[in-house]
Amino acid sequence: MAKLESKVPSGPLADKWRKHKTEIKLVNPANKRKYEVIVVGAGLAGSSCAATLAELGYKVKNFVFHDSPRRAHSIAAQGGINAAKNYQNDGDSVHRLFYDTLKGGDYRAREANVHRLAEVSVNIIDQCAAQGVPFAREYGGLLANRSFGGAQVSRTFYARGQTGQQLLLGAYSALSRMVGAGGVELHTNSEMLDLVVVDGHAKGIIVRDLVTGAITRHSADAVVLATGGYGNVFNLSTYARGSNATAIWRAYKRGACLANPCYTQIHPTCIPVSGDYQSKLTLMSESLRNDGRIWVPKKKEDAKKNPADIPEADRDYYLERIYPSFGNLAPRDVSSRAAMRMCDEGRGVGETGLGVYLDFADAIKRLGEPAVRERYGNLFDIYHEITAENAYKTPMRIFPAVHYTMGGLWVDYNLMSNIPGLFVLGEANFSDHGANRLGASALMQGLADGYFVIPYTIGDYLAGQKPGSRPAPDRAEFKQAEESVMGMNSRLLANKGRQPVSHFHKRLGKIMWEHCGMARTKAGLEAALQKIPALREEFHATVKVPGSADTLNQSLEQAGRVADFIELGELLCRDALTREESCGGHFREEYQWPDGECKRDDEKFGHVAAWEYQGEGKAPLRNAEPLNYEFTKMSVRSYK
Amino acid sequence: MVAPTAKKLFSVTLRVWRQAGPAAPGKFVDYPAKDVNPDMSFLELLDVVNDGLTLKGEEPVAFAHDCREGICGTCSCTINGKPHGPGQGIATCQLYMRSFQEGDTIVVEPFRAQAFPIQKDLITDRSAFDKIQQAGGFISVRTGAAPDANSIPVPKEDADLAMDAAACIGCGACVAACKNASAMLFVAAKVSHLGLMPQGQPERDKRVLAMVQTMDEAGFGNCTNQYECSAVCPKLISHDFIARLNRDYVAALLKSRFKAVSNTAGGGAG
Repeated sequence: MAKLESKVPSGPLADKWRKHKTEIKLVNPANKRKYEVIVVGAGLAGSSCAATLAELGYKVKNFVFHDSPRRAHSIAAQGGINAAKNYQNDGDSVHRLFYDTLKGGDYRAREANVHRLAEVSVNIIDQCAAQGVPFAREYGGLLANRSFGGAQVSRTFYARGQTGQQLLLGAYSALSRMVGAGGVELHTNSEMLDLVVVDGHAKGIIVRDLVTGAITRHSADAVVLATGGYGNVFNLSTYARGSNATAIWRAYKRGACLANPCYTQIHPTCIPVSGDYQSKLTLMSESLRNDGRIWVPKKKEDAKKNPADIPEADRDYYLERIYPSFGNLAPRDVSSRAAMRMCDEGRGVGETGLGVYLDFADAIKRLGEPAVRERYGNLFDIYHEITAENAYKTPMRIFPAVHYTMGGLWVDYNLMSNIPGLFVLGEANFSDHGANRLGASALMQGLADGYFVIPYTIGDYLAGQKPGSRPAPDRAEFKQAEESVMGMNSRLLANKGRQPVSHFHKRLGKIMWEHCGMARTKAGLEAALQKIPALREEFHATVKVPGSADTLNQSLEQAGRVADFIELGELLCRDALTREESCGGHFREEYQWPDGECKRDDEKFGHVAAWEYQGEGKAPLRNAEPLNYEFTKMSVRSYK
Repeated sequence: MVAPTAKKLFSVTLRVWRQAGPAAPGKFVDYPAKDVNPDMSFLELLDVVNDGLTLKGEEPVAFAHDCREGICGTCSCTINGKPHGPGQGIATCQLYMRSFQEGDTIVVEPFRAQAFPIQKDLITDRSAFDKIQQAGGFISVRTGAAPDANSIPVPKEDADLAMDAAACIGCGACVAACKNASAMLFVAAKVSHLGLMPQGQPERDKRVLAMVQTMDEAGFGNCTNQYECSAVCPKLISHDFIARLNRDYVAALLKSRFKAVSNTAGGGAG
């Protein structure tokens, strides 16, 4: 059974991080260059971590499956990044950001982690502004803010609708600087396919070069995974097509615990699905909810009408009606479920009936079209590209879609997993968002982890490792891991299959969406737990992977990733089945208040579920880390 | 979650560049595509064609793609002779089949340039862009050393113009469109973004000299003011930034003649 020590420091909440920083071990500057750290992934968390560790003097090897670190999917984040700067003088503070994030997560995150996140949020904005990130400005030259869901202050910093892009390019520029200076050895087109554990410590990885097909071994003193979330387990999502869970899943199979996989975020404002060929769902930023009003017709029979023909009196602005104090800015999980309820009632709009309106008519009347265009122009353009509709003239149609995963590899306060030497950052870990993430908090967490947490906490681990003690890559553990990777690839290629990989990914996605999507039931999850193992068997018997292993082979890449998604999907459903309560993004129909809101069970489930792999064909072990709330009361979340 | 559709389906032929590896000879191969839904993206059509090839036992067409929402800069097809295809201000992934008609033959090639060698089929190696960034596309600020963000006001006009330049997604369409395979628009965008910000001033001269030198060494050509680059740019980045790059470059070159007498002063303390 894994030992799950949160290592949360003692003392008052607001002092924990400061105190911890002064107490953890340091590595002296002359010794830092003797340590090698592998960083996998180059999104916000990965590139900020790789750059910062190199600045400190560590030797860093950065692996990224993209052809350039700038392609990582953080680039697609649109709306903004939260920080408790209180530049608007509207009553914000570190404590409020902490509280909003903890409450937004439905009291399923660690208090101390969330408080630290809120504390360092202010440093992130300073850092990014100094890097030249072109944040939106007011006419006086100072930084502008806007509001996001789940908050009653304006604390979101943004760069048009491309905040993720600009923050990532900032981190990429810091990384590029360190690559140029020789501090980071960059490996692009390089996919991690296994973790190497030596004497119980993470000491290396196995990598496939996606262009040449070459498999190589890399050893290090510590391994950092910043490989993003696993939302593509649903096939259709707002993730990039290449986003995958292979790194974290293979680390799981080497002993790292996977925590709360059932906490998945369904984003309320995405462009609805249009056909079976569809590969991707496109997000319309939450920032649109600052000025857009969400509605459906009051009467079912109006659902197919042209929205312009539905008079004001026959429209139901349901978020404003049900959640008057937060209105259109209710948190994502709450807004998504409300949209689903409207569609279930038969009031959904569009060709499929799976959509609600996001209407800008009032905003255009109030601010004028040019002002709306300046704020959201690129989003309206994206919408037009995809749907051929002009959202300045007719309301957007939106529907919820899988967007983010709060679950991930279990980490302690130092962001170290239960495998010593294995650190996990950003969306890949489970740490800060509890059961639901607030808008504009993913960018904050990725950069907090990479710029301001890991540079301190990794030293505490490395100080206990003798310089120069990292194992040579010719050790048996490396050879065994390499053989396991090669074996899996050749089995996939040798299969005399009859279905392409995409066939299985789509089927997995349908099972997951139907049984483990926005609303889950015991019966549905049990059905999924029958269907997924059967799908897995069928996949390995009938998947067809053309080409060879020693060349650029996208089918092979995809096959390995989908094989992992199928296994992860099963664990996700298992976690959802065992968590007999509703909280945040995990909604079990059996556990709801009469008004349809989440009914938590703090007594039985006020803990983190961290799953531990037990071997092929064996049920995984469910470990629990109790969530001890010392400073906040776990209360019923209300946005009314 | 799948919608039935009332849309009229149609047929096209894809004429695709196939090339097994960097050194292998390449050729065009025709693939018919039936039941094309106008709401399908062009890359989704390639997915469907590839699944068909897989079932027939042929190797699918390798093409670069990732975010499929026009921001990561991975997708990079030249379609009917134009990088990213017939649309304006979009990346390949944002091209929808409603741009085509029944019976069309659609010619699909990789982004062609000497500095972007082909790896396979439609995939090229654009790492030269990363090398240019590593030479100077940054502001040197150590993590943790930054002053309060509002201590450096930036006029809104400057920030907006910097953002116009910073919108570059690094796809390389500008290079593929240029008869000289020039990367000037790409370099100009980064030089202008950082050069417009007060934070970027200390390294402004050094940056432009280093980035241009690396660009030249990577085998990109020079700009001869045809502006094909900004015409195909998925973010419509203006060629005006190239003028700004040229100005910054000349100024930096002149100023580089004046150097401090000694940069070793200050040693010996303690």
